[in-house]
Amino acid sequence: MTQWHLFLAFFRVGIFGYGGGPASIPLVQKEVVDKYKWMDHEEFAGVLALGNSLPGPIATKMAGYIGYRVSGLLGMINAVLATILPTIVFMIVLLTFLASMSNRPWVQGMTSAVVPVVGVMLAVLTFDFLKKAKGGLGWMVTVALAVSSLLLMEWAGLHPGLLIAGLLLYALFGPMKQEQKGENPDLAIHEKGQS
Amino acid sequence: MIYWKIFLAFFIPGIVGYGGGPASIPLVENEVVDRYHWMSVSDFSEMLAMANALPGPIATKMAGYIGYQQGGILGSVIGVFATVAPSLLLMIVLLSILNKFKDSPRVKKMTALIRPTIAVLLGIMAFSFFHTSYQDTGIWQTIFLIAASFLLLEKWKVHPAFVIMGALAYGAVFLG
Repeated sequence: MTQWHLFLAFFRVGIFGYGGGPASIPLVQKEVVDKYKWMDHEEFAGVLALGNSLPGPIATKMAGYIGYRVSGLLGMINAVLATILPTIVFMIVLLTFLASMSNRPWVQGMTSAVVPVVGVMLAVLTFDFLKKAKGGLGWMVTVALAVSSLLLMEWAGLHPGLLIAGLLLYALFGPMKQEQKGENPDLAIHEKGQS
Repeated sequence: MIYWKIFLAFFIPGIVGYGGGPASIPLVENEVVDRYHWMSVSDFSEMLAMANALPGPIATKMAGYIGYQQGGILGSVIGVFATVAPSLLLMIVLLSILNKFKDSPRVKKMTALIRPTIAVLLGIMAFSFFHTSYQDTGIWQTIFLIAASFLLLEKWKVHPAFVIMGALAYGAVFLG
């Protein structure tokens, strides 16, 4: 049953993810966190962060890892195939027989209309992440980190993978004030309540 | 050895292409058009237009199609495998290690610290989708589609799949 759900979840992600892998991020979140509850929001954020900092297509990395995490090797193969197979078959068939389809105005109209919808999904997800970040880090740190990330990536052209790697290394080897936080029951409860 | 070439042609974009599938498009073009001469530039852009009009991840669609053209079904499988497998393996290994230590305060700090950055990344993507839409269909269509999909998704909690199908139908009829 799990395998069937994995297949369904990533099949839907594959056939409704217009605009390439990144467009399917909100769909994956919907299926994995909201619908099937295989992961909580926090774990999904970790998967997304690492997926973004590793090379290669993002949709298959998410599908593969989540499939693996939910039901091992078979789950991994199942989820990856469900994500990519339907559209590859579709692509080969269409390109082989109907090469001129992509110039038809109605096909382009379909793509144009989906773009802003995906934009809305990504914007909602952005807001979710900021809200969750506020819960763990507080407003000041969240805003400071968000603004400096924006400047570094968009203005200074720093690669997101490097930025994320830097933050992870800082968390791993930097000064550790939060050690007391984990031991302080009040704060620990407070943190749980927020997430 | 065509299969080995197909493997290499997609293995390299797969491990060098940071930023998801769309980021690997120029890398694939470099291999397929410039290095192996499997396609002309105009063939490639036609295929890309088609791939963009279809749903699903873009990198695997290209790998599957080009692999199929060069080496049939087996070529298609090899192309997709070379695109997907290397980075997926790395991801599973790293996340499994991370999961083992997920209760340690340092790992908790890691997830907390990167959250604002991820939010910014998603925000940038959202903005670029809005911007593309504004360029393709103009400001009014964009605002209408944003408002309608926001209400459907967030207020009335319609499943995204139905919202996307609705948008496809709307686009075919009104934006074609």
